[in-house]
Amino acid sequence: MPEPRYPDHENGGLFAFDKLMKETGNIAGQGAVSVTRAADSTLLIKLSGPWHLTRDVPSGAILRKELESAAVLKGVSFDTSELAKWDSGLIAFLVQTSVACRAHGIDQDRAGLPEGLKRLLELAEAVPEKKGTRSAEVKSPFFERVGKSTLGYGLSVDDFMSFLGELTVAFGKFVRGKARYRRVDLVEVIQECGANAVGIVTLISFLVGVILAFMGAVQLSQFGASIYVADLVCIGMTRDMGAIMTAIIMSGRTGAAFAAKLGTMKVTQEIDAFTTMGVSPMEFLVLPRVIALVLMMPLLCLYADFLGILGGLFVGVGMLGLSVRGYMQETIATLTLTNVFGGLFKATFYGLLIAIAGCLKGFQCGNSSSAVGDAATQAVVLSIVMGVVACGLFAVVFNIIGI
Amino acid sequence: MATNATTPSNSQNNQPHIIVKNLTMAYGSFVLMRDINFTVRHGDIFIIMGGSGCGKSTLLRHLIGLKEPATGEIIYGDINFTRADPATRELMLRRFGILYQSGALWSSLTLAENVGLPLGEFTDLTPSQIREIAALKLALVGLSGFEDFYPNEISGGMQKRAGLARAMALDPEILFFDEPSAGLDPISSSLLDELILELRDSLGATIVIVTHELASIFAIGNNCVFLDADSRVQIASGDPNGLLANSQDPRVRKFLTRGKEKGEGLGQHG
Repeated sequence: MPEPRYPDHENGGLFAFDKLMKETGNIAGQGAVSVTRAADSTLLIKLSGPWHLTRDVPSGAILRKELESAAVLKGVSFDTSELAKWDSGLIAFLVQTSVACRAHGIDQDRAGLPEGLKRLLELAEAVPEKKGTRSAEVKSPFFERVGKSTLGYGLSVDDFMSFLGELTVAFGKFVRGKARYRRVDLVEVIQECGANAVGIVTLISFLVGVILAFMGAVQLSQFGASIYVADLVCIGMTRDMGAIMTAIIMSGRTGAAFAAKLGTMKVTQEIDAFTTMGVSPMEFLVLPRVIALVLMMPLLCLYADFLGILGGLFVGVGMLGLSVRGYMQETIATLTLTNVFGGLFKATFYGLLIAIAGCLKGFQCGNSSSAVGDAATQAVVLSIVMGVVACGLFAVVFNIIGI
Repeated sequence: MATNATTPSNSQNNQPHIIVKNLTMAYGSFVLMRDINFTVRHGDIFIIMGGSGCGKSTLLRHLIGLKEPATGEIIYGDINFTRADPATRELMLRRFGILYQSGALWSSLTLAENVGLPLGEFTDLTPSQIREIAALKLALVGLSGFEDFYPNEISGGMQKRAGLARAMALDPEILFFDEPSAGLDPISSSLLDELILELRDSLGATIVIVTHELASIFAIGNNCVFLDADSRVQIASGDPNGLLANSQDPRVRKFLTRGKEKGEGLGQHG
């Protein structure tokens, strides 16, 4: 019987593994364990066959059963004369055995074990388990959890409000020309969330116009009122859809980018560096972003309104047989400045919300790369939720004041 | 390796520069360290050391005002930093230079802009003067010619040196280093040590370093505080070479000798 040995890496990692797989494939049978009780109330554990993680290895339950069923045991010893190759599977089994033995105050005689195995076992037991490091999964009662998360929401409102306060102070400084920021940064952010967003806004708003037109056409053409598709698209786009669709695009595109950028700066301590340099990150990082988005959102919204109407025209002329001239006349007759400016006002407000949500979540980011991803996700969710809620409130308020 | 670590050339020698009194650091209700007391003199190279996770970096964050003490206070010269109002604090912060663990260079700015930003914010220099000074500071850390590189275009060691150039931008009175040699090869790390000594001697700055790099500790440190993660208190302070020679505390000895020492007869470092 050759000396059982730990699978080594003589031939280099990959090949050794390959070889190991072949060898274990060739060896018949699998690891087995049997116990015999000697006269002097010791237990002989006989280990045989190949013990490999790639095959099934016996679990430590055998020993536990033996411990529970039998009368007093004084010690255990091992017989490995029929043990073939072994790996961590065997070590894990022996560690379990060892834990069980210690729990019951049983001596272990490890003389029967191979030398390498003994050393690895000693290594595994060299540093005792540190108490209290395993976080216990304590399931708290339902009401406690409800209470805690309610308080958590309260705190997040707190954070939001103090962020808003700091932003207001920074904006006050900006108005008085005292804010510290770089004009270049402002211009760059304006380009990023203005000009660079035109492409996607074009695509989405045109399609929203097309969809609105189709939705209207199904009903309106039934009683020969297809021309009113123009009214529907025009009012729909200018009043609400232009603003809210732009907001949704921008929260996914720019809000997430703000959160990821600021979150990464938090992780790399760049924000700390601003703070300790005496430069307010609020003025230097947040202010340009908020101003840029607030400036760009109404422009993008106006553009989206136009593209939406174009989409409606495309459907009206192409599918419903309306004339370009007729469609345009109907649109112009319906178009009111109140609706357009209402939409632009909403868009500006959504822009503010998106920028705040993005920057706030970026600042609250934790200290790891996964936290940056979470921050971006939360920024998008928060800005879309706030945007849609605001949209609903606007609808009610506009209705009450008769716009 | 640099020598003569224990002879600061500063004329204000032995005047306390930083005094930490009964500082307790906590995250919420979790107390990380309690009752920390130490004094850093002018011109000291002060080492904050201890095992991983004992709160060295957190102590540094307290010293530079990024985190508020649970109790206790931090005093710079004769101004109480902990009790100071925000405006005073901002003025005090400008007298600090901080090298963060990761360098923390602003990634959207070139090296010259990184170094020049504090100059532009807090001085009346013209842009061309700022550029000249930024180039000078970069040259001091051996990075001349790299003014227009962005932080992601240079190596980790260079980023660290650039971070040091930025920390020195306003000729600070106190320089803080968070693990300066982390991620540096032994040669870069010993060059950085020499640079730190040189800065202390030429600028007369007081230097506070968080590190567990033994070679650096013995080579440049002349005062230290040792934090112990298990007992959550400081268990030693003073000259690290003196601690190695005289400390009776087994935890301190184990740390300073990499756990190798069994009895006596060591102490040939530095």
